[in-house]
Amino acid sequence: MTKKRVVMDSEQFDRSITRMACEILEKNKGIANLALIGIRTRGVPLAQRIHDKVSRIEKGHVPLGILDITLYRDDIGLRKEKPRLEKTDIPFSLDDKTVVLIDDVLFTGRTIRAAMDALIDFGRPRRIHLAVLVDRGHRELPICADIVGKDLSSSLREAVSVRLQEIDQVDEVVIEKIK
Amino acid sequence: MKWNKKDILGIKELSPDEIQFILDTADSFVEISTRDIKKVPTLRGKTIINFFVEASTRTRTSFEIAGKRLSADTVNISPSSSSLVKGETLLDTARNLEAMSSDIVVIRHHASGVPHMIAKHTRSSIINAGDGTHEHPTQALLDMMTIQSEKGSISGLKIAIVGDIFHSRVARSNILGMTKMGADVHVAGPATMLPPFVDQWGVSVHTHMDDAIRNADVIMMLRIQTERENQNIFPSLREYSRYYCLNSDKVKLARQDVMVMHPGPMNRGVEISSDVADGVHSVILKQVAYGIALRMALLYLLAGETK
Amino acid sequence: MKILLENGRLTDPSQTMDETGDILIENGQISRIGPRLRAALSASEIQDTAVFDLTGMVAAPGLIDMHTHLREPGFEYKETIASGSAAAAAGGFTSIACMANTDPCNDNRSVTEYIIKQARQCGLVRVYPVGAISSGLKGTALAEYGDMKEGGIVALSDDGKPVMNSHLMKAALEYAASLKLPVIAHCEDINLSGSGVMNESFFSTELGLPGIPSIAEESMIARDILLAGYTRTAVHIAHVSTKGGAELIRTAKKKGIHVTAETAPHYFTLCDESLRTFDTCLKVNPPLRSREDVEAIKDALKDGTIDAIASDHAPHAITEKDVEFEYALSGMIGLETSLALSLRLVAEKVLTLPQLIEKMSVNPARILRLPLGSLALGAPADITVFDANHSWTVDREQFFSKSKNTPCNGWQMTGKAMMTLVDGEVKYNALPDAK
Repeated sequence: MTKKRVVMDSEQFDRSITRMACEILEKNKGIANLALIGIRTRGVPLAQRIHDKVSRIEKGHVPLGILDITLYRDDIGLRKEKPRLEKTDIPFSLDDKTVVLIDDVLFTGRTIRAAMDALIDFGRPRRIHLAVLVDRGHRELPICADIVGKDLSSSLREAVSVRLQEIDQVDEVVIEKIK
Repeated sequence: MKWNKKDILGIKELSPDEIQFILDTADSFVEISTRDIKKVPTLRGKTIINFFVEASTRTRTSFEIAGKRLSADTVNISPSSSSLVKGETLLDTARNLEAMSSDIVVIRHHASGVPHMIAKHTRSSIINAGDGTHEHPTQALLDMMTIQSEKGSISGLKIAIVGDIFHSRVARSNILGMTKMGADVHVAGPATMLPPFVDQWGVSVHTHMDDAIRNADVIMMLRIQTERENQNIFPSLREYSRYYCLNSDKVKLARQDVMVMHPGPMNRGVEISSDVADGVHSVILKQVAYGIALRMALLYLLAGETK
Repeated sequence: MKILLENGRLTDPSQTMDETGDILIENGQISRIGPRLRAALSASEIQDTAVFDLTGMVAAPGLIDMHTHLREPGFEYKETIASGSAAAAAGGFTSIACMANTDPCNDNRSVTEYIIKQARQCGLVRVYPVGAISSGLKGTALAEYGDMKEGGIVALSDDGKPVMNSHLMKAALEYAASLKLPVIAHCEDINLSGSGVMNESFFSTELGLPGIPSIAEESMIARDILLAGYTRTAVHIAHVSTKGGAELIRTAKKKGIHVTAETAPHYFTLCDESLRTFDTCLKVNPPLRSREDVEAIKDALKDGTIDAIASDHAPHAITEKDVEFEYALSGMIGLETSLALSLRLVAEKVLTLPQLIEKMSVNPARILRLPLGSLALGAPADITVFDANHSWTVDREQFFSKSKNTPCNGWQMTGKAMMTLVDGEVKYNALPDAK
């Protein structure tokens, strides 16, 4: 019944990530005071890949962190089931850093709102940028991405999923109709 | 695994999977207490009542800190008497707590079973913070968390629990939990402090402490309640400590990397010597720190369940 | 006015009768018994007779509950003689004995006479007061047995408390024997039971509740058997709950010691494992014992070691029960569930129906020396009619008892009293065609 449409395959995938890495460096004018933070779950391997590319290009160390936004969600009391909580790991100071938040899909903006609240509990970054692989629109909060892998127009009756080698054994972006 | 429990009444009610899920969740909370800003907004607007009929500074404070770090409103009620003395029924107590729109009620009571009886009467989630000589599930969970964090796993470890097993809810909950998690549990104490039929829980029972702690990976000492001295359970504290005090000579019987635990508060020189309590094997203060993360995890898992 | 009970299963072990037939009651007595009695009555006699069809029902000698607590005087908020009598009639009992632990306690004739007066006033079932063994139930000095007997007591007991002083117990047995008063022993060594609130077992360990070891009961049963044997007197052991206790009684009976015993329905129905719910209605003294004990009690009923079934009806108010388990008072009500629970023994083939009637009527009458427990011609027409197959659900809100402390609420039961007659008068009637 469900029609699956692949909108990004593994080659396009890698090119997008490379371009995102370059844009990050361009925006920040290098790696000085740069920090990358991946949002669980799929933002984490994405951040790792961008981190690898950034480090390779600039031949320097860029701090990389992991953020679980579960405790900052605005729907904790509304959900029937508790989301599984995983570890947050930001083993460096955020003060005066340019922090690039990395996630797979930008949709309502609520995850990013939660992520920004969390970051501010960890310190006072100089600025926060947002990098996402896919921006599918339908924002519910006034949030926009600074760096986008692919803009994708989608309907609310569609599900956009990013699949990653590290988790899903394949790199692709697919759109499916929700029944 | 899906979490679908309303209350935490005892380890008895938890499956090994649920215990593991709690320990894993708690592990993710450890980091929050290391931040400069030790607070997350998760339970904003939730009300947690610490209903402590039996006095306890330590456990109550631990729950209070856990609740506050999750941004919940925590309130302490410490009635000085039982419902019977007040002429109130437990149903009245439950209704009163619910009327305060509590989301979670943390109960400690000197009578066994009270959290279970109140849980039947209320929609609020109940956490048992120790009931009589029955269960103390949050202590056992934090003990297991400590062991898992320090030893990697609980399964297969030889764990000795020594002291007044009969009157210890900490021992009961730990025996239930550790056996569920696959540990080889040994208990030791004077025969008068070993509860009848305790072997039915699948633990080895000893009256000589050495037999329990020999080659142990973990030794947990229990607090001896000094007021039991005149109840014909043991002749004197002096004689008790002669045979059941964990001192550095005894520790040598255990494995080299043995971990020494105590739920606190300790009677230094009675069940544990100061050099052991403060020594390299002791994780007693780590237990306290893990306790906060563990209780945060439980509050997180119970709060906001749709009613 | 005559009463004719037709087509009932007439079960009277006192005359080894168990057959279908009719009973005619005249002047409060059983005047005729046999098949088709209606044929022998003239048309005018029939006019003057209340006829009840008992097809499918059992008619037995009126049931006697030899162990109840009616709480009056002193604890009327739990139960009164009137409410307890109504509960008894509804449960199929025509006679009940009530224990002495009231306030003031029944250790003197004036209290005995008060109880009898109150019972007569409500006029439902026969109420037989049990006097205290020791003055003030304190366990130190004999009460006035002779005077109380003249006032109307039928037995002696400090029930609720043991007589710990062995010398006093010995004296009580000797003195009571001279007055032909049975002594009912509550067997419990209070030093062994200590602060216990449930049977000492794996489950008391699991629940962290202080335990009462079975030896607390058994050591005192042994003592009282020894005392009765030594003094050549009789002793009746109340609420036997343990395997060891039953064995002691079995051995004593074989030796010819005059010991009789009763148990309560909860001791052959429920075991200590059920306390896992922390339901304080399950808190009784002696406590609910192990599964093995429950089976042993059934065996002891079967082989006649235990002579009688008595409810130990012990009403308590909700403020005494809906509290911490350790502080809840001991006891459960039983008058309105005793027959149904006991009929399970018949369904399980532990007892035959006549054997059950023996334990609930004939033997209690014999132990208490009452001229009851028989459907013989000329006997007082105390008759219990019950439908052994009637299915019903326990709803404690429907109980006649003032208190609701039963663990059986919501239970599915089979067997129910349908009519209770005392002295030829209908005191309770739930027959399908009741007018």
